[in-house]
Amino acid sequence: MNISLELNGRPANWDVEPGEALLEALRRHGVLSVKRGCDTASCGTCTVLLDGVPVPSCAVPAPRADGRAVTTVEGLPDEAARLGACLAAEGADQCGFCAPGLVVAVVAMSRELEHPDEAAINHYLAGNLCRCGGYVSQTRAIRRYLQEAR
Amino acid sequence: MKRSGDMREVGRSLPKIDALGLVRGTPAFTDDLAPREALCVVAVRSPHAHARILSIDATAALAMPGVLAVFTWKDVPRVAVTRAGQGHPEPSPRDRFILDEYVRHVGDEAAIVAAETEEQAREAARAVRVEYEALPPVLDFEAALDNPVVLHPEPEIHENFPIGFEPRRNVASAYNMHVGDVDAVVARSEVVLRRRYYTQAQQHVALEPHCACTWLDVHGRLNVISSTQTPWHVRRIMARALEREVKEIRVVKPRIGGGFGGKQMLHGELYCALATLRTGRPAKMVYTRREVFEATNTRHPMRLDVTLGADRDGTLRAIDLEILSDTGAYGEHALTVFMVAGAKTLPLYNKVEAVRFGGRTVYTNHLPGGAFRGYGAIQGNFALESALDELAGELGLDPIVLREKNMIAEGETSPIFAIMGEGTEGVEMIVESCKLPECIRRGKELIGWDAKGPRREVAPGVFRGLGMALAMQGSGIPTIDMAAATLKLNDFGSFNLLIGATDLGTGSDTILAQIAAETLGVSTGDIIVYASDTDRTPFDTGAYASSTTYVSGHAVRTAALKMREEILVEGARSLGCEPARATFDGCEVRGPAGAITLRDLSAKLLYNEHQKQLMTTGSHLCEKSPPPYMAAFAEVEVDAGTGEVKLVDYVAVVDCGQAINPNLALVQVEGGLAQGIGMALWEEVVYGPQGHLRTRDLMSYKIPGREDLPSIRAELVASHEPSGPFGAKSVGEIGIDTPPAAIANAVAAAVGARVRDLPVTPEKVLNALVLA
Repeated sequence: MNISLELNGRPANWDVEPGEALLEALRRHGVLSVKRGCDTASCGTCTVLLDGVPVPSCAVPAPRADGRAVTTVEGLPDEAARLGACLAAEGADQCGFCAPGLVVAVVAMSRELEHPDEAAINHYLAGNLCRCGGYVSQTRAIRRYLQEAR
Repeated sequence: MKRSGDMREVGRSLPKIDALGLVRGTPAFTDDLAPREALCVVAVRSPHAHARILSIDATAALAMPGVLAVFTWKDVPRVAVTRAGQGHPEPSPRDRFILDEYVRHVGDEAAIVAAETEEQAREAARAVRVEYEALPPVLDFEAALDNPVVLHPEPEIHENFPIGFEPRRNVASAYNMHVGDVDAVVARSEVVLRRRYYTQAQQHVALEPHCACTWLDVHGRLNVISSTQTPWHVRRIMARALEREVKEIRVVKPRIGGGFGGKQMLHGELYCALATLRTGRPAKMVYTRREVFEATNTRHPMRLDVTLGADRDGTLRAIDLEILSDTGAYGEHALTVFMVAGAKTLPLYNKVEAVRFGGRTVYTNHLPGGAFRGYGAIQGNFALESALDELAGELGLDPIVLREKNMIAEGETSPIFAIMGEGTEGVEMIVESCKLPECIRRGKELIGWDAKGPRREVAPGVFRGLGMALAMQGSGIPTIDMAAATLKLNDFGSFNLLIGATDLGTGSDTILAQIAAETLGVSTGDIIVYASDTDRTPFDTGAYASSTTYVSGHAVRTAALKMREEILVEGARSLGCEPARATFDGCEVRGPAGAITLRDLSAKLLYNEHQKQLMTTGSHLCEKSPPPYMAAFAEVEVDAGTGEVKLVDYVAVVDCGQAINPNLALVQVEGGLAQGIGMALWEEVVYGPQGHLRTRDLMSYKIPGREDLPSIRAELVASHEPSGPFGAKSVGEIGIDTPPAAIANAVAAAVGARVRDLPVTPEKVLNALVLA
């Protein structure tokens, strides 16, 4: 079927398969920042914004994106650069496979929560797993980013 | 060699050189780089834990749209290989074929399908009709030895050198060593402690699933991109399995999304190659998460019997460690993981009069065991460090005092270093750096050991307890691990650093660039890294055994020292003086009568005068394996009514020598701790009664999330290893070793419940409370 969506601020018109996940459709159309990590909406590596709301794109049927705005990290270059710099400064970035999904989730959090403390950050981002670090340096980097963004 | 005080690039927490690109989502991983027109390769997987394939009918599958090929065991070379990415010849038994007539675990490959799209390939895989004769499975590893059911009766399989391989007895490997007469010393000891411990199967859960792609280039050579930790071993093993020459294959490791040892085995590479060689088309295979759980490897589960002999004053006199290890369906890393369980734990207590270590690894119809960060040391550490705490309890000693009395120190050695290597003999080694006393002192301070005491009741029936453990690891495999690096001077003063080393996401490309920059006297920003390509970079055995900083780092330093010499010679020629009278500070070559900048010299060398390419190579063979050390402290809160264990605090203080990049070293420790805490408390691969996996996704297999962990506190102590590049040792694995023992010890301190069987679940705590 054919769907029309706004992808990172630009109109797009895609043929998608019924039953195809938004994650697969995105990767098939060359949006490769969105990673396939778990297939069960458990890991957060495929997080995108759907009309501004963070969702695991592996659990969203592609046809659901019809008429809606999809934002991936390609559409958030400034935020990615700033959060990336904070992660790098804290040594929190490791393999980077989870990073694009994390950026998208952190951007959503920064728009949604006023002054999140560490517990609120950990709760909001609980769906974004990292297996390389112990979250400690990552949390420091996220707090630094939120402070700088303010 | 320079010490930290006067270094400019080493010892700095520089940002990872690929950080920004990865955060922006730049295509960099295998599946991002696979050609768009690649065929999708999918496996037909066994529903049985043990079966013989009677027939495979692919007629219907081959008639489906988009399907190009189906492969069965009859279509592939009958060459026994191991899929363990290890040195040549591999210390793992060659007990596996690309495809076989027998399947030996649920998820084992029965056939391979290649189709235009992933959906077509998966549908076709479901349409392949496989007739199985189900065989009785061996699912209890303690009943595997001499079981009437033999997993590997096939005649072609073999060991490459003596590893105790007895497939008719379901034995993949066996090993025994001793120093002194353990039985006699135990008999003479005032106190004897005998305990049995169990460690479970753990899954790596790298967030990037295993992935490979292949194509034929213009020369007809097979190109492979793989999420691998060992490109050279993959190439060599692929050549053998496919009956091709090594020179016909190129393997490239791009960015990879975590490894932890899980990518030190071959997975999809051979299946993609079958499809590409048959059709001439590019092919890729991306494992689903379920396939990662069902068809890769786990940590080897072990049964560990410890006997300690000691005197009442806490003098440890004898250690006996006997292990039975479950290598599952195939013997990948069977012997070497087993040996590390002793080789990288027992030397911690080097003053004993007698020590014995031995046992077997056995085949079962579980997932094959494999390499996994810690690589046996975490299993051995859980048993030894738990037993020492139990001994301290019997002696009425503070567990730290008992350890301090018996632990290894700088200037000392252990006979085990020479006796036990990985699969072969080890090398003699004097410990030149060991800051365990400082690690313990600082760790005690951070956790509040003396102030808090071992046990406090914080609410009715809720107790807090403190526990600790020491650990050691190694830095590469002596006489086996070898790495090389090449530096090329470019016009206008930058350098290409070509390394075989394999960055798994750890930041090793960055720290190797720092070592090159430090040696040359230039900025890390002037070093352009290209790595892990069997055609275009020099050799490296790969990222395992905590080897990259120590072994590859030395190779980089050697290449850079040679480059400095060449720059001096050419600079001196340009200035018209003798090289001996010239100096190079990283910016310019200065002679008695003038100077020339590196920028100008490099441009002149390529465009204007005495034109030549400066290019130097350094290689390094690991000659010893200086251990990094750690002291770790856990504080837990245990509800004596429910058995629930909450980790309140975790402190780890590490001696990794000079940290090349302190931030990146610390995140290695933090990540290792998180994985070790997962193993201590939650993670466990669980099978049903017929050998079906019950943990096959991230909903049924629990890895630590950010709300599960306390704010882990890791610190590095000042240390300098004379044999390491700029004083460095390794840091990649040591972090994982301590949590199982430290947490079990803390639980025992809190409520008196001694759990000897990982993970430490509420049920086991309650059971232990009943027994206590």
